[in-house]
Parts: sequence; structure tokens; C-alpha cells
Amino acid sequence: MAALAVSAAFAAGPDLGPIAQQATNWPAIGMFGFFVIFTLGITYKAAMGTKSASDFYAAGGGISAGTNSLAIAGDYMSAASFLGISGLVYTSGFDGLIYSTGFLVGWPIVLFLIAERLRNLGKFTFADVASFRLDQTSVRIISATGTLVVVAFYLIAQMVGAGKLIQLLFGLPYLYAVIIVGVLMIVYVAFGGMKATTWVQVIKACLLLGGATFMAGAVLFKYGFNPEALFSAAVATHPKGDAIMAPGGLVNNPIEAISLGMGLMFGTAGLPHILMRFFTVSDAQAARKSVFYATGLIGYFYILTFIIGFGGIALLMSDPVYFKLGPAGAFDKIKDMVGGTNMVAVNLANAVGGPYFLGFISAVAFATILAVVAGLTLAGASAVSHDLYASVIARGRTNEASEVRLSKISAVVIGIVAIYLGYVFENQNVAFMVGLAFSVAASCNFPVLTMSILWRGTTTWGALIGGFVGLFAAVGMVVLSKAVWVTTFGNPVAIFPYDNPALFSMPLAFLTIYVVSKLDNTARAKRERALFDAQFVRSETGIGASGAHAH
Amino acid sequence: MSDPVTARIAQNPRFKELVHERTRFGWILTGAMLAVYFGFIGLIAFDKALLATKVGSATTSLGLILGVAVIVFAFILTGIYVQRANGRFDALTAELNRDLAR
Repeated sequence: MAALAVSAAFAAGPDLGPIAQQATNWPAIGMFGFFVIFTLGITYKAAMGTKSASDFYAAGGGISAGTNSLAIAGDYMSAASFLGISGLVYTSGFDGLIYSTGFLVGWPIVLFLIAERLRNLGKFTFADVASFRLDQTSVRIISATGTLVVVAFYLIAQMVGAGKLIQLLFGLPYLYAVIIVGVLMIVYVAFGGMKATTWVQVIKACLLLGGATFMAGAVLFKYGFNPEALFSAAVATHPKGDAIMAPGGLVNNPIEAISLGMGLMFGTAGLPHILMRFFTVSDAQAARKSVFYATGLIGYFYILTFIIGFGGIALLMSDPVYFKLGPAGAFDKIKDMVGGTNMVAVNLANAVGGPYFLGFISAVAFATILAVVAGLTLAGASAVSHDLYASVIARGRTNEASEVRLSKISAVVIGIVAIYLGYVFENQNVAFMVGLAFSVAASCNFPVLTMSILWRGTTTWGALIGGFVGLFAAVGMVVLSKAVWVTTFGNPVAIFPYDNPALFSMPLAFLTIYVVSKLDNTARAKRERALFDAQFVRSETGIGASGAHAH
Repeated sequence: MSDPVTARIAQNPRFKELVHERTRFGWILTGAMLAVYFGFIGLIAFDKALLATKVGSATTSLGLILGVAVIVFAFILTGIYVQRANGRFDALTAELNRDLAR
């Protein structure tokens, strides 16, 4: 997700294209090494306790609401949302807040409309829910396709981000980062399954929240815990002056703004690696509480990044140490920051906590990417083994052991593919890919899921055709937009005028599901509508839902 | 409704009450969140000057306060839902389960 923020930072800031490799940062590498050893220990322990499919996909349903909320927050707070949003606040002030709000407001919607119903109906993947009363084969094909497309775009953005970051943070070559991330995520997922993936995420969330809290606290401490004093100092230092306190150029076109907002809001409710987390808790109450705590943690985190961005303005901008100096010691307060504006949080760590805290924050940033890609890999591997293999290819003629084995093999394959894609896309513009992942989630996964749960009339044909229409519309519109059509393919004019497709592709998917379902008069459609009552009772009450360790 | 258990639950007045209340409550809160968020985005798109207004004589702008307020609002809204679900909706579900056990 964060790459979107990074993309904004990239777009709003100076060119960060060719990133110069920094001097090797041993404290950061040491602390990251410690994190890796610790998480591998956890993976080993998780692997010992992972026996059944339920253990592998859903950590046996035994994760508590508090732990799950940290894992959800961890999935959502990626390195780029930390570095990207604080960098965006540093360059443009207020505009950074627009992204923070957009990323947060999807959570209440998840809670009010889907979290509890998902827990009551589902088992391991959101396809279990969508195919509850619809045709297994068709619905799992569309759900797994949506999942894999989202995972692929998200993974590419994260892998490329990891490679660029490691050059900056650790002073190691790009390819090292991509291989380290790829190999470690394979180990976490293939051996430790959901348990290891969850705990890696929880540890990282605690480290990131702790580090960010310390930084924001140190910044506020310098201004007597008076935000007003911090803002005045920032306005006095920033070249844009008072303009950083007001909306700038990020949102000029209302349609673009609403489309972006819809993609962020409803994309959150369709991200497969997030939806999977609702199956790791014991019941609907725990699912509900985890969203509540997670919303608080994520909101708190975004407020911290905002303070960190302003702290960067106030404390770094006048200090030549953090800039590449031109002739006569002159520097541009935005363009010349060492490592680019994405390094604001890292440079600020040095300013408030010295080189060892800088090492700590660098290690946490890299651990963050690692944890996020592990979650994505598990979601992708589950879609392949649980949805495509077990239900579509083997048509139920398989057993748990071989399904889990296939899932582990899928995790290895996804890891290798991710390393390869990270290598191939090194010098491509991947900034649009996280936005695309959100748009596909909002236009394919979210409509199929909500319509199958909430509307009696939904039929298999409706879900299948509507889901594919949403998927192709979202991808097609992004391909025809400026980011791909002009920037990547080199055409003179974009065919689709907006950067964000969700405002158009999402309603199109809902409309298609509605119309096709209405027109569907097959015997199967009648049967599916009749089965709605059973699904409805279970989704509302949880009666008949499998509890923890029950499956 | 082929399944007699399903039919029994679906016809139960407590079940109807639970579903009606919770669905209504969920959509009201969803509407509130959508209104607040897209209201904020709308202000950014259409009335930048308003958001640039200073609060009192301070540096802090109205937009900044509203932005943080949207984040806090989202959290409070989830809190309101969880509060009501833990109390009212869970009590209704428990009553329903007692009815069914009879």
C-alpha cells in the first residue's frame, strides 16, 4: 500500500529515479540480522505446531483479537507508508494528510459490512465465503484470479521498493535485497504458515510503532509538546512557507480525488491478505474487536508520520548535514536531501536519536517490507492451493495433507517469481502498481464478496461475469492512463484521462453483477437464490460456523 | 428453505429483530463515514481557501484539524459499533440461542 504513498511522494517530490548506493550501514545490518534470527526462531516454533490445513492457513483460528489487530495494522503499515507519507508531508505538508485519511477510512466500512459475516461464513480464504451458496468452480476461479492479480502487483511494488531501500538504508546492492526478501518470505510462509506470518507481522508492528512513537515524541519534546510551536517552526523554515498548512496541488481534480478515495476505501475491504486475517480469530466478536483496535493503531500511526514529516521540516531543513551541498554550500531544501525525500524519517532518526537509532529505524523499515510480502505470499499461495487446486482442479478429490503441501510449493514458486519480477522491474516505474492493486481489489474482490453475502439475487453467472468485468475494467483503465500509456509505452496522450479507475470500474462491476444475476433464469440460479436463507442465517448469527480448532 | 433448522431461525422474531437492527445500524454508520470522508475530499477539491483558514491567530489551519478529525472520527465510529455490538447485538444473539435450545 505504501508504494502508493511513495508514488505520491515520487510524483510530488523531485526525481528519485537513479538512487545512489550509500555507504554500508553496519549497525542497521546488525539489527536487521537480529530481527531475522529472532523471526526464524519463531518460524521454527510455528512450524512445529503447524499440522493441519487450519493451522497452515488460519493459525488454527486461535489468534486473539489484540494480536490479530497488531497483525492487521502490520499488514497495512508498510515501509513505504512510513517513509513515503512522512516524505510527502515533508515536501507538501497538509497534502500528506489526504493520503493518511484515505488509507484509514476503509476500516470502518470493513467492520460495519463484512468483518463479522466473513468470520461466520468463511474458513480460510474469502473465496470460501463468496462460494458459500454459489458454484464452487466458477466463484473460486474469479476470486483466485482477483487475489493473484492483486498479490502480483502489490508484490512487484514491494520487491522493487525493498531493493531501492536497501541501497539507501544498508548500502548493499539492489539484487541482494530482492534475494534476501524473496528467500526469507519463502521460509516464513512455507515452514511457518499463518502462525509465523502473523507473529512476524506482530513483532514488526510493535517495533515500527515503538520507533515512530519515540521519534514523534522526541520531535514534540523539542517543542515543549506544543504542536503549534512545531507548526510555526516548520512554516518559518519551509520554502513554501504557510502554504504547507493548506491543501496544495495533490488534489486539483474532484473526479480524480473521489476516484482515488473510492479505490483506497473499498480496496481495503477487498485486499486478500487482509481478509485472510479474519479467519485467524475464534469468532465474530474477536473479528469485530480486531478491526476496532487495528483502526486505532493505524490512525495513531498516521498521526505519528504526520508529526515526523513536520519534525523533518523543522529540524532537518536548516541543517546542511542532511543535504548534498552545491557550490558555495548552497542546497535546495527539498531536492537535495541525502537519499531523497523518502529518507526524511531515516534522517530524522539520526537527528533525534543518533546513528544507532538510525540503524534501528533502517532495520525496522526493511523488516516491514519483509513482513508485508510474507502476508501477500501466503494469500497468493492459499488462492492457488485451497481455491484453484483443491476446488477447481482436483474438485474436492484431495486431502488436507496434499493441499497444504501444494500450498508450500506455491509459496516457493511465488517467492521465486517475485525475485525474478523484482529483478526485471528494477528500472521500471512501479509507483502505479499499488494503486492498481487497490483498484482491482475494489473493483473485483469487493463487489463479488459483498454481493454474494448481502444480496439474495446474486447468482454464479452474475458474480463470475461481474468480477471479470471489474477486473478488466480496472486493469484496462490503468493501462490506458498516463502512468502506463504515456510514461511506460511512450504514447503522446493518455486515452483514459484519470489516474485512478475505481470511480468507474467499481460501479461497473456492481452493475454487471446485478444485471447478469437478474437475467439469469437457469435452474442453478433459482437454487442459489433459495440457498440464500441458510447463508444469511449463518452470516448473521454464526450458528454452524466452525469455531477455533474445530475444523 | 429446504432446511428446517434454517427456517426455524429465519422465522424467529429475535433473529428478525437482530438482523433488522444490526443491518440498519451498520448502514447508518457506513453512510456517516462516507459523508464525512467525501465531504473532506470535496472541501479539498472545491474550497481550498476555507481549509487554509487559520484557527484563531495560530499557524494551525482548519484543514489540518479537520484531517486529524476524520482519522479520529473513523476510530470513534468503529468504537461506537463495537460498543453496541458487544452489548445489544450479542445479547440478542444469546437470547436467540436460548430460544433455539428450547
